[in-house]
Amino acid sequence: MASGEIQTSDYQQRRWQNIRKLLERSGPFCHPDFEPSAEILDFIMNSCKVLVVGAGGLGCELLKDLALMGFKKIHIVDMDTIELSNLNRQFLFRKNDIGSSKAKCAVEFVNKRIPGCEAVAHHCAIQDLDDGFYRQFHIVVCGLDSIVARRWLNGMLMSLLQYNDDRSLDQSSVIPLVDGGTEGFKGNARVILPGMSACIECTLDLYPPQKTFPLCTIANTPRLPEHCIEYVKVLQWAKENPWGETTQLDGDDPQHVAWVLEKAQERALKHGIANVTYRLTQGVLKNIIPAVASTNAAIAAACATEVFKLASSCCINMNNYMVLNMADGVYSYTFPAERRLDCVACSNTTRVMEIEADATLQMIYDKLCEDQAFLMKSPGITTVINGRNKTLYMSSIKSIEERTRDNLKKKITELGLYNGCDILVADITTPNTITIKLKFAENLDVDMAR
Amino acid sequence: MASPSPKSPEQSEKNKQYDRQLRLWGDHGQAALESGHICLINATALGTEVLKSIVLPGVGSITIVDDNIVSDEDVGCNFFLECSSKGLNRGSEALRLILELNPAVQGHAVQEPPDQILEQNPDFFKSFSVVIATVLSEKTIQELAQHLWDINVPFILCRSVGFLGSFRIQIKEHTIIETHPDNEQPDLRLDVPFQALSDYLNSFNIDDMDLKDHGHIPWIVILYKAVQKWQINNPNSWPMSRKEKNEIKNLIQEFIRKDENGIPINEENFEEAIRAVNTSLVPTFLPVKIQEFLYSSAATNLTKESPSFWIMCSALRSFVEAEGKGKLPVRGVLPDMTASTEHYVTLQNIYRTQAAMDAEIVYRKVQEIVSQLHCDTISENEVKLFCRHAHDLYLLKGSNIVTEYQLGTPVASYIARHLEEPDVMMVHYIMLRAAEMFRSEHCRAPGDWEPEADITKLKSCVSKLLSDISCSPFPKDDHIHEMCRYGGAEIHTVSAFLGGCVAHEAIKLVTKQYKPVNNTFIYDGASTNTATFTF
Repeated sequence: MASGEIQTSDYQQRRWQNIRKLLERSGPFCHPDFEPSAEILDFIMNSCKVLVVGAGGLGCELLKDLALMGFKKIHIVDMDTIELSNLNRQFLFRKNDIGSSKAKCAVEFVNKRIPGCEAVAHHCAIQDLDDGFYRQFHIVVCGLDSIVARRWLNGMLMSLLQYNDDRSLDQSSVIPLVDGGTEGFKGNARVILPGMSACIECTLDLYPPQKTFPLCTIANTPRLPEHCIEYVKVLQWAKENPWGETTQLDGDDPQHVAWVLEKAQERALKHGIANVTYRLTQGVLKNIIPAVASTNAAIAAACATEVFKLASSCCINMNNYMVLNMADGVYSYTFPAERRLDCVACSNTTRVMEIEADATLQMIYDKLCEDQAFLMKSPGITTVINGRNKTLYMSSIKSIEERTRDNLKKKITELGLYNGCDILVADITTPNTITIKLKFAENLDVDMAR
Repeated sequence: MASPSPKSPEQSEKNKQYDRQLRLWGDHGQAALESGHICLINATALGTEVLKSIVLPGVGSITIVDDNIVSDEDVGCNFFLECSSKGLNRGSEALRLILELNPAVQGHAVQEPPDQILEQNPDFFKSFSVVIATVLSEKTIQELAQHLWDINVPFILCRSVGFLGSFRIQIKEHTIIETHPDNEQPDLRLDVPFQALSDYLNSFNIDDMDLKDHGHIPWIVILYKAVQKWQINNPNSWPMSRKEKNEIKNLIQEFIRKDENGIPINEENFEEAIRAVNTSLVPTFLPVKIQEFLYSSAATNLTKESPSFWIMCSALRSFVEAEGKGKLPVRGVLPDMTASTEHYVTLQNIYRTQAAMDAEIVYRKVQEIVSQLHCDTISENEVKLFCRHAHDLYLLKGSNIVTEYQLGTPVASYIARHLEEPDVMMVHYIMLRAAEMFRSEHCRAPGDWEPEADITKLKSCVSKLLSDISCSPFPKDDHIHEMCRYGGAEIHTVSAFLGGCVAHEAIKLVTKQYKPVNNTFIYDGASTNTATFTF
């Protein structure tokens, strides 16, 4: 390390005095490997590259928090632009900024407020950036509202893992992931050491199941105002196409919302249901999650503290999942989420799926969507037969979907699949194709005879 | 393109901006927040982080009291100071940058030390909804706490040192109508159905219905019918024990229609009824906690100055004793359940109508009291809200911070008891207090210059506190050493965590919704632990 890079000016010394006390002094509760020195702050400032994923409620806080903890080489990625409803918590944005890139706007503000900070913005989707991009970071910290995006990012970091010849993990390929999430007055923060501790895919059951209404209720027996709104959204819009066939329903278009509101109110009136309001309509259409500045501030700060611990080794990281509930007092609970030894993302083993020998491809497809270990959205399934790739089913491309749709009804043995063969599965929840070995279940006769 | 929408009930700018939080505390919560005035003493990083999360959601106004001059260290950890702020008044600089967050918020800066204001202009504090303070001396803490206690202004005292932080809420009495419990117990009155409800329930004859209707009977009806059948063999009793509830489940099972092979048909409403047996057969009763409110002296000895909460409690008591026959007003909320639209809406209206009638009676009683006392009027909506949440009313009776400094027997033994626990959260409280004592004695933070040199001095502060609560000294010096290592450093992310929490609690106090911390919160960022203590 060049000595010239160590900050020596009196001003810098004084400015970072608070953090220097933690990094240049030893304490009885420090991490066993911690050796206090001025070089740690130098590493944080001049070498340590941190990626912040999301420039929303958590992202704005994270960027500020990290910059004030000495980090300078911060990248932030977000594809969204600023909206009025962001301003109650995304404190780096003003009314004038509405319509601009969140990432760019946030970076501009923080770099200006905190001299020396060299944050870089990426106004794009996380999927637009490749493994070469992600590999450059020492730590990734994530403040996303989408579970799918989180899973994709998790999959990306897991795919960067490398293993030695003896199948042990190459520690230098590990990029720690700190993840935060909030919903109203509740939130969570966690630290993931890829390949070493529980990852997002290991703990999919921690996410609450998405609230959906059965179609028959919406169509035939509406009871709640939400049912009336869902009816207009799911059935009536497609039937009436008020803005023409090519116009999709857009929850951000006030005219669309107003149309849905009016139709939903008509339906509600017909059935004697009360309280279909504009706010509720918008909430149902956009699946709005309530959000407030204070919860975001607390969760982001907890995440940034963990990033600081990872970069400095000054104390042991949380182990490894904290839930925070601020609805009744302020309550937190930290517990060690456990790894799934057969996790599709982080286990370095081939996943096995048990399936009946006479199952159809549809049954595999449903398992991929419904099994807690997969919870995929629209899996594309291929296999290799006699050295040639064969697409069994893929819904993402219309022409292939039409060509392969009939396969769903066929038995898997008819399609050339056999006990012990591999299927390759691609999905929006992961950047990688996942290999799954089929294992035909035996002794099913007993069950069937019943 | 011409709009197919004839009318567009567009929301106001403000509604759009605050949409995500209005879903948490409603328009009335927002209105309360907008009439709030928060005072911050000392614009440290912790102080400005608190204000940030209060200004963003749109508090009415803020006042910063700070006579300090901005230093390089301040700029290094406080986002609401700039390099050019150095040498200027800290409060004014912070105020300028914080107000940029939300033009709707009014702000003032007062460049006087708080103890001087306490001495020369104590009325200054009267107009605030909440006073929040950081980095005060022991002496000022006690004087300010006592004064705010006397004038009945809520006070939050916060600390952030190294990885440790705390806040303490001092409020004499705080009443909450909307506590927003996670699991609200349904109020169905199956054991004591009011006339309209029993008429409706009795109009069903489960056995005679055709299959489609059978699958659309609300589970409330099914449960009621099962209990009625059970009562043939168990007259004048109500299923309470697990065995009795299982008998009800079996009866419901028998209601389920069978196909031609005698196999039960899958009827979701009956499945729901079986699941509801354990939670929804709880007899209707007046919760002890609510009974205490109704008969407390605040509700029985009303004066012209009585808060509306206690006037409504008094009216509610009169309702319970007369029209309510020992029960609270019907809540009027029906959970969603498998049912035909007609059945569900009819049942929902039966509950709603009864709730409106009960609330109307309470409202008339409130009006009578108001006219007798000649006090401020209480709106019908306020009474309705009160009746709707009458089962979950909450009262927080607080304690004075000064008692923690006088260390009388109750506080001392409380601390001593918690010091024996295996986790060290109460030790952290002692360390924060000891560091505060050190600062008052030596005019600097322990370890400010040299950590090792101050260990002995800080240890004597700790010993003094421990002897005041009749505890033996700590067996090891590790926590004392750690506090000296911090050297009074304010770590931004620790302050940001606490800032979020304190802002949150202040909003709870101002909106009078959700239960706040009672009354002390300790945070250790190093071990990611938190604890709540009630002094």
